[in-house]
Amino acid sequence: MAKQYETVIGLEVHVELATKTKIFCGCSTAFGGAPNTHTCPVCTGMPGSLPVLNKQVVEYAMAVGLATNCQIHQYCKFDRKNYFYPDNPQNYQISQLYLPICHDGGVEIETAAGKKVIGIHEIHMEEDAGKLVHDEWEDCSLVDYNRSGVPLIEIVSEPDMRNADEVIAYLDKLRMIVQYLGASDCKLQEGSMRADVNLSVREVGSEKFGTRTEMKNLNSFKAIARAIDGERARQIELLEEGKPVIQETRRWDDNKEYSYPMRSKEDAHDYRYFPDPDLVPVVISDEWLQAVRDRQPELRTEKLARYKREFDIPDYDAGILTESKRMADIFEETTALCGKPKKVSNWLMGETLRLLKEENMEPDELGFSPAHLAKLIELVEAGTINQTVAKEVFERVFYDNADPEKYVEEHGLKTVNDEGELKRVVEEVIAANPQSVADYKGGKDKALGFLVGQTMKAMKGKANPGAVNKLLKELLG
Amino acid sequence: MESCDGISEGKVMANIISDETIEYVGILAKLELSDEEKEQAKHDIGRMLDYVDKLNELDTSGVEPLSHVFPVHNVFREDVVTNGDEREKILANAPEEKDGAFKVPKTVE
Repeated sequence: MAKQYETVIGLEVHVELATKTKIFCGCSTAFGGAPNTHTCPVCTGMPGSLPVLNKQVVEYAMAVGLATNCQIHQYCKFDRKNYFYPDNPQNYQISQLYLPICHDGGVEIETAAGKKVIGIHEIHMEEDAGKLVHDEWEDCSLVDYNRSGVPLIEIVSEPDMRNADEVIAYLDKLRMIVQYLGASDCKLQEGSMRADVNLSVREVGSEKFGTRTEMKNLNSFKAIARAIDGERARQIELLEEGKPVIQETRRWDDNKEYSYPMRSKEDAHDYRYFPDPDLVPVVISDEWLQAVRDRQPELRTEKLARYKREFDIPDYDAGILTESKRMADIFEETTALCGKPKKVSNWLMGETLRLLKEENMEPDELGFSPAHLAKLIELVEAGTINQTVAKEVFERVFYDNADPEKYVEEHGLKTVNDEGELKRVVEEVIAANPQSVADYKGGKDKALGFLVGQTMKAMKGKANPGAVNKLLKELLG
Repeated sequence: MESCDGISEGKVMANIISDETIEYVGILAKLELSDEEKEQAKHDIGRMLDYVDKLNELDTSGVEPLSHVFPVHNVFREDVVTNGDEREKILANAPEEKDGAFKVPKTVE
């Protein structure tokens, strides 16, 4: 019988924090500035410059640690990780090796196979490196240090995951926690969340870990899943052939669906860490820790439980609504204004998701105000506009954050409740469609639908279809 | 002769640095050393390690590791942008520049 193998996976997740400034200097972290316009002597490693720690970085790191059930090292410090590469102007990265701010935590994940806790070994604070662009015309590289010194936390898991499903569930859980805390937007594609996958295989039943490799360049959940399956297959093949797995860093090529060993800076794994003498230790008092604890917002798990208690909406809807904090905020604020959670949920689950998908947008990018959605719902409830018009108005709310009341007024979209007017139009439609009238009278109910449609068209959608239906039936006897 | 580190110059060193070690340390530090310099470095590092051995003779059990020589902690900045665009000044330090970026020899991915 063929040998059975088990995959053992641990993740190193880098999260770019949502601070306004860099970790050790007052340069902006804004994305997309012209090269090197957000730089200073500190983040370009000029001799004699001194780093000063951004307090917000410590608070975000603490918040993430608390939300992932970590212990906090109330005495922590920074160390230098030494390596030479042009993206790193100091020739060392300031990081934390000996006393990382958070340690020994874990989060619960849920997959089709059930619930499981994934341990978190540690979370440490560090600085990001610059960006290297390879010049197209000359045989050289260009360095932009705008990203140099942008604060990161690195979340190091225990080797507790066994397959791609668990890895995705874990990443999704982390992403949700960090987003809810407002500590980062966690976008894999844009690099504000990056995951390195440490993977090894071993025979089922074996206690000993196999030799692991580390994979980089994974910028979507799908790429991560493919990379895990690809690397597992590669390692099993080696073992089956009696060849050793080499401990190395590999770069995943998602187009070729294969990983390649990385050269360059990853060659020397001897970083000769030592305490950074430029930075004094961070001492976190019980009071400070408690203040951060008190400020923790409601996280997704708690929110889901509350939605079940407070609102009469399906579990499935609650799950989708809370997947993004922005969406959940809109839901709660709109509901508070109009008092109709079910209607609010329907608009968000239906039209909002449809338009987001159509525009290829994320829920976090939703820009309309809850007050406008609440007004729209009230207009429908009051019978001022019908459902069809409401959808049209909603598109304006979605795209332009239009005020539905004004929009309806300005575009004359109010449902015509004037019975005389409606009757006049219906009579015209009856006169113009003798065949359909005959069909209906002959027992073809479908013909009535056609007449309702014709009437709605003549009224430019501004009629209540129910009322039209009723009136037609009356007039046709 | 007794030097300032308390280890006599003539004494046989306890720590002998091999050629491989000095080669490796040189690569890590991006240093190209002549044979003469290598011998000197082997000697110097050997003596430094001897000195550390001497420090290790002290019983430090129960002593908290020192993280910083100054009794200072929690020096912070508030998260406020204080720096503007100083690209020209920063790039003045670049050996070469192109399109507002530092130009460096091509790095291989």
